[in-house]
Amino acid sequence: MKKYKTKRARKEALAAYTFILPFITGILIFNVYAFLKNIFISFTNKKSFGAAKFIGMDNYVRLFGDEKFYQALINTLCYIVICVPAIIILSLLIALALNVKLKGIGIFRTLIYLPIITLPTAVGMVWKWLFNNQFGLINAVMGKFGIQGPAWLSDPNVSLIAVCIVLIWCSIGTAVIIFLAGLQGIEKTYYEAADIDGANSVQKFLSITFPLLSPTTFMLIVTEIIGFFQVFDMIFLMIPPTSSGMAGARSIVMLFYEEAFTKFNKGYGAAMANILFLIILVITIIQMKLQKKWVYYG
Amino acid sequence: MNKKKNVWVYAFLVLCAITTLIPFIWMILTSLKTYGESMQVPLVIFPAEPQWVNYSSVWNKFPILRLYINTFFVMVISIVIQIFICSLAAYAFARLTFPGKNFWFVLSLSMMMIPYQIFLVPHYDIMVSWNLSNTLTALWLPKTFNIFALFMLRQFFSSLPIDLDEAAQLDGCSKFRIYWNILLPLLKSPIVALCILTGLGTWKDLMWPLIINVDMDKMVLSAGLANLTGQNITNYPELMAGGTLAAAPMIILFFFFQKQFVEGIAMSGSKA
Repeated sequence: MKKYKTKRARKEALAAYTFILPFITGILIFNVYAFLKNIFISFTNKKSFGAAKFIGMDNYVRLFGDEKFYQALINTLCYIVICVPAIIILSLLIALALNVKLKGIGIFRTLIYLPIITLPTAVGMVWKWLFNNQFGLINAVMGKFGIQGPAWLSDPNVSLIAVCIVLIWCSIGTAVIIFLAGLQGIEKTYYEAADIDGANSVQKFLSITFPLLSPTTFMLIVTEIIGFFQVFDMIFLMIPPTSSGMAGARSIVMLFYEEAFTKFNKGYGAAMANILFLIILVITIIQMKLQKKWVYYG
Repeated sequence: MNKKKNVWVYAFLVLCAITTLIPFIWMILTSLKTYGESMQVPLVIFPAEPQWVNYSSVWNKFPILRLYINTFFVMVISIVIQIFICSLAAYAFARLTFPGKNFWFVLSLSMMMIPYQIFLVPHYDIMVSWNLSNTLTALWLPKTFNIFALFMLRQFFSSLPIDLDEAAQLDGCSKFRIYWNILLPLLKSPIVALCILTGLGTWKDLMWPLIINVDMDKMVLSAGLANLTGQNITNYPELMAGGTLAAAPMIILFFFFQKQFVEGIAMSGSKA
């Protein structure tokens, strides 16, 4: 406390606390308190309103015996395994293409970024219509090639694929922007040196672009995986809750939403959110450990 | 050699652009069809006569204007309050010395790792106990304390030369004046980028408005339109007209401020 002895230092500390007070109050209420409260709720049988009873680990025990939860967990992992690699590869290719100095490239950028800012509800709505099995554009085009299109959104075997297509369509733009920012950070001199050595495009990509872009790629993979563990919007928007397609597409967060906010099993929902947090935490820590093997920090 | 490569790049980009655009084009085309045309097999691509009436009928059946107003009100309020509160705290964390500084900063950062779903049940309870459920305030209040914005702004404040503060101090500036009149104006472009990120977050958020508000006149576009689709309306031309109307404002904004949007989104990628 020696540091704060002078009048001036005390005045500064006082000013600082006034400045951080609104923020810290918010964090204490909406984050710290809410976090602890959620743990507490997860040990109760809290419904919508009224008194909740402490029931110990019951919610967690129920969760680990809940087939719906396992199905949702598997579905969520499917979303990650299908969408994250597809997004990373496609957006890297698009970013490489957009990084070429060509006439009219700006128009392509604008168009490819459009899904980022489009209201998800409108996106879900139009894709639901595109996937309509009788009158939808997708099955009509497939029909032209003599393929009988499936009932995309109500067949539990394909509903997840349909949602994945939409999620990839929505998510590429953001990843492209981030890759482009990374590409523009690579110094041109590396490529000039490689040209002098007579390296071809593939060699240049493998020995310059990819290693120098690996921190960006790593960061994107980590954030995309975290994001896809929380996938909800498009499932909710495209598949009616009572449809048979929901079983094949339901993610953890979709199940959480149904339990906590349509059936009002809040204690159970809270427990599920806590388990989701632990899963994300473990996966992220594993990735942080693995990064040393492939990420190159100049 | 290079010419040939460029052709491939163009071809690839054209393919990507078409894939991106088809849903938009189909939404607009459907919105101009008659109900019969939308349900015709084989598919009708272009409406025989554009049915602009779909737009007026969805506008009349559905409180789109109210949703526009609510959405922009919530976006503006959340941007202004969030940027003010977060930048003020970020200034203190970057430039001032005070006891407990590290503790509060690390505490805030540690909260950034927790997924949003953990807070939903408690936030709902807090809003209900404060009598704020089903109000516009509930839509922005819990999200005002954006830790990512604090973290980014602290970095930006730290990057400014400390001489600025010292010179202002000698001139008798208060700490708040240093923040408000000297440092904040220098951070204009990162703040614009953060405003866009916050605005986009509010614009796209679906689950929270769905949970906390029920009445249509307290809804925002995302959740309000989702309710409309949820009612099992099969009049797709009208639905698509609603979707087009709802998506349009942000697309128009994007055409004008693309550079700032891109900066904002690129910033969200510098988290690690």
